[in-house]
This record gives sequence, structure tokens and C-alpha cells, in this order.
Amino acid sequence: MKHNFASFVKKETLHILRDKRTMLIVMLIPVVLMVLFGFAISTEVNNVNVAVVAPNRTDGVRDAVERLSQNGYFTFKGYISHGEIDSYLRAGKAGAVLVFAPDYDRGVAQMDAGIPIKPLVRLVVDASNVNTAGSATAYLQSVLLGSASQQSMFETRMLFNPQMKSAYSFVPGIMGLIFILVCAMMTSVSIVREKEVGTMEVLLVSPVRPVKIVFAKMIPYFAISCIVLVTIMMLARYLLGVPMSGGMWGVFLLSLLYLLLSLSLGLLVSTIVDTQMAALLISAMVMMMPILMLSGMLFPIENLPGFFRIVSNVVPARWYIDAVRKMMIQGVSIVAVWKNCVILLVMTVTILGVSLKKFNDKLE
Amino acid sequence: MSAIEIHNLSKCFAKTKAVDNVSFCVEKGELFGLIGPDGAGKTTLFRLLTTLLNPDSGNAKVDGCDIVEDYIAIRSRVGYMPGRFSLYPDLTVEENLQFFAALFGADVEESYELIAPVYKHIEPFRARRAGKLSGGMKQKLALSCALIHRPSVLFLDEPTTGVDAVSRSEFWDMLACLKEKGLTILVSTPYMDEALRCDRIALCNEGRVLCIDTPKEIIRRFERKLYGISAKSMFRLLEKARKATGVEDCYPFGEKHHLVVNDKFDVESFKIELGDIEGLQIVSVESTIEDMFIKLMK
Repeated sequence: MKHNFASFVKKETLHILRDKRTMLIVMLIPVVLMVLFGFAISTEVNNVNVAVVAPNRTDGVRDAVERLSQNGYFTFKGYISHGEIDSYLRAGKAGAVLVFAPDYDRGVAQMDAGIPIKPLVRLVVDASNVNTAGSATAYLQSVLLGSASQQSMFETRMLFNPQMKSAYSFVPGIMGLIFILVCAMMTSVSIVREKEVGTMEVLLVSPVRPVKIVFAKMIPYFAISCIVLVTIMMLARYLLGVPMSGGMWGVFLLSLLYLLLSLSLGLLVSTIVDTQMAALLISAMVMMMPILMLSGMLFPIENLPGFFRIVSNVVPARWYIDAVRKMMIQGVSIVAVWKNCVILLVMTVTILGVSLKKFNDKLE
Repeated sequence: MSAIEIHNLSKCFAKTKAVDNVSFCVEKGELFGLIGPDGAGKTTLFRLLTTLLNPDSGNAKVDGCDIVEDYIAIRSRVGYMPGRFSLYPDLTVEENLQFFAALFGADVEESYELIAPVYKHIEPFRARRAGKLSGGMKQKLALSCALIHRPSVLFLDEPTTGVDAVSRSEFWDMLACLKEKGLTILVSTPYMDEALRCDRIALCNEGRVLCIDTPKEIIRRFERKLYGISAKSMFRLLEKARKATGVEDCYPFGEKHHLVVNDKFDVESFKIELGDIEGLQIVSVESTIEDMFIKLMK
């Protein structure tokens, strides 16, 4: 009977290949999302124009300005006078203005000697875009502090993602979303289509067990998802420059588990609904919304109200995105996120078990 | 042993009795027709016999296997063609056939001889997608697919619905040919004229079987004299004829009205009784299965 399993997979593959439009969308969506989130939608500090007000252009000031202009994220726009600050910011000629105190050098020297002093630098920032302003401020501070880090009571250091590149944190989120889209939505639609068209009736009146039919359906979608996975990883690594310091294999392995989970979810949906439209709606509404809202992809879990924080525990994407983020950006290995792996594994087994039990080999 | 044995089979959906206490047998090698209008429960009966549904009560055996206990055994022995087109429109004719062969662990070459009378009609189009075939060709492909594993019993649910008259006739020729090869065929149709091509038929309505016999015997059992009447105003004719002496029933039947009469009826006195009906024509006609059906429905 091995022979007929191969035929099922072949038939399923033909279905997918013949539907060129869907195929194209599935292959293109990840790329578009990656590029969109990676470049267009960014809250990161990039190309901030900085003007400087310095009554005395002392060595200390020149040194600070030098550090600033050598940094790729800032462009030094020149020295301006006090009166010009407002007009520069309003006209958008500068995103931030640094105002040095007249006795900057002496102040730095006193501070190095451990004598408490008043602030030496004022930072005026255009906060019309709150996100950019916030991260620009933080990053500018860290650049300026440089050696003279004693200036502040808190010593803030951004580990792992010092430039606060937003692409880094979006990549795991996109992965969590896309695999649910490709696997869950496409498998559920493809199984339900057989019900809707009536071919399921013919398939059931055959000696082949439905489990076999279902698994045969999953294989091509699993293969497609693997291609998508590799595409995303490559884009993340080489286009967006995500460090992947925890090793690609860990991410890959965990993603395979997540793919299985998504396929099982798709199977579960297909056992509940009878029309392709309903399958689409359930996949889109019931699965996508929690991923967007409750998985930590857009909003940190810690910021969610209590009730939703509890709900977020059953959203598989939450555990997946969290683990991938740790592995990709923090650089830990898969062993360090074993808890997430176990949770995802238990979820997969449960969902698969329930849906196989629910999958009926009769019509009702 | 009969190919299909049905005993007091019932199946309800919510409050409608789709199949209501049905019992009959289909002998081996028989071409048996289920004749009845939409909603007569034909499809539900098919789904029960092909083990897609479990009955509420009663039992049935297909090829010696119980439809509940041995449903897995039945599934490899029967060929089933559902009412609507149930192949993959995006696969070609040949791919569909290959797939269904694989589904049953059969081989196209081995079964070729059996399916040839059907498949040869569509073989020239084997590279065409099934969705692009005409209605008649789709049915031939579906039949080929249902036959590919050499089933002993063939279930065809309204195979000729939505198919043109020529293809319908061809399709029945093919069924006759398959019957020659020893297959038991249970076929349903809403077309009364097709009933004549079956060995035996069961007339059914609203989940019940009204009568079972050979088509000839069913027509003979009508036992009433039948006239076809027509006039310029068919509606007035119908109203008046129903009230005439010796008339048991009168109903529209194609271009004419059929007039079912008893012994008290006399053509001449009927004409007088109708009086001023313009262009009245009355001829004796042979009864058909449909007449019997209408009589049984009363």
C-alpha cells in the first residue's frame, strides 16, 4: 500500500502546482513581509540629522562631534546658534540638536574627578515621531557617553541589539505568522475543499484510511513551508543582517516543530468546518488575531491586561516567537529555550491527537 | 445470497425521515433502478449502503458484509459514483484515473478491459483537465474511476442528471454492457423513461419504497384504462374532466392530460358530459411508469 501513499502525495503536489496564483502568493508573502517590516516599517534610529550648538568649540566638544559624525546612524549637520534650534527642528533640517554647556571641558574633568555637577549637555529632540525620538535619544546618549560613562546615574547598555534595529524583533514575529498562514490555512482549505466539492465522499468509500489521506495532504504543504522557512532565514541573515548568533540549526529545528503544529491546527479546523469560506475565516480571524495581538509580536506580553496575558499562554505563536527571538538575537542555543520547545511539543501532540480523533471516516 | 439485502432500514435527519423503513433485495448481476423525485431519499439510501452514514435502525448487507460492522470490507468492494461530479477538475483525465486506481491499489492496465467500453469514449481527451470536459464526458470519466478496482457492486447516484439526451442513452448502453460482465448495479434516477432500461425498479417517494417490480410488471399493474385528452383550453378541460362520470383521476402529462377511468366510463357519454369544450380530442394511450407513480403517490 506504499504505492498509493506516494500517489496521494503526487496528487496533492499537482493540486498545488496547478494553482499557480496561490503558489505565487505563498512564496511571495514572506518576502514582501520581511522587506516591509525590515525596511519600510521601522522604528529604529537611522539617518538622524543632528545639529550642534556649542558656545565654545573646545577639544571636548570637537571630540564628541567627531564620534557622532563617524557613527553611521547620525549625520552631523553643522554648528548652529541658540536662536536657530527651533527653526531647524521645525523645518526638519535636524531631528535632534545637541546643546553643549560653555564649560563642557571643565565639567567633564570635574566629573572624571568624581565631583557631582549639573548636566553638561542638553538634547533637544523632534518628538513628532515618538518611537524614533525615543530610540534616537537613547542611542545618542550612549554614543556621547562613550568613555565618560560616569555622567549618568544609570548606566544603560543595550545588549544584543544596541542599535535597536526593529527588523530583529520583527523577524521571529513574521515567522510565527507566516507558518500559521501557509500551513494551517492552506491545509484546512485543501481538506475542506474535498468535502465541499464532494471528492471526500469518494475518498471515504475506498479501503484507504482517512489518516493516510490527511497525512499525504500535509506532506507537500510541509515541503512548501520548509522552502519558505529557508527563504525567511536567508533573508533575515543576509538582507536584514540578523545575527543568528544562537546558531541557525536551533531556529530551524524549532521551526520544524512549529510547522507540524501549524499543520495540525489546519487539520483541526478542517474537522470542524464544512466550507472553504469558513475554513478561511477561522484561520484568519481565530488564528491570526491572537498571533498579532497576543503573541508578543506587536505588543509585549508584559503590557497586556491580566486576562489577555493568561489567554496568551495558549497561543502557540507566543512560545515560538519568544524562543526564536532568544535564539536569533540573544544568541542562546536551543537548549536554553527547552521550556518553549516542550510546550510547543505538547501542544502539537494534543492538537494532532484531537483532530485525528475528530476526523471522521463517515459523513456525520 | 443477494448482492444487496436491505431490512427495515431507517435514517432521520432532524425531523425528516430521509429513509423510512425500507426493505428490498438486489440480486447478483441485476441492474436495479431507484426511481423517484428529488427528496425521495435516494441519495441517503446510497450513502447508507456505501457506509458513509450509519442507519438509525434496521440493517443491510452489501456483497455479504454488514454496512455497520464490516464497513471497511464493503469500501473495497463497491464502486460509488456520487450525484454531483466528484473528481478533481484540476487534474487531467488520465491523472484522475491513475489516482483512483492507486486509491484502491488497482492497476489501470489490469482493469482496462472492464473500463474500456466506457473509457474509450474519453481516451482521446486523456491529457485534458477533467474540469474542461463536457457533462457527458465527465460522467463517463467518473464511471471509469468508479470501475477501476473491479468492484462487485456499483452504486450510481443519479448518473444522468444534467446530461444531454444522447449521452444519457449512451450511458445506459454502457450500463447494459457492464451488466453483461456480471456487475450488480444499483442506479438512481429521477427520469421515469430510464426506468425501462432496468431489470427491476423500486419506485420511491419521501423515504418510502412504494413498489418494487420489473418495469413491465409495474406498468401492467396499473390495471386501469388510460386516455390522453386535449383541447384548446387545457385548464377548463382538466377541471371539467375531473368531475365527469367514471373518471378516477385526470392530471397534466406533457402536451395532454391523462385520464384514468374505471368501468363506468364511456367515451361518447364523456364527450356529451363535457359539452362545449372546443377542439376536444380523446385517444386511448398506454400507461407508463409515471402513471403508476402518480397513482401510488395518492
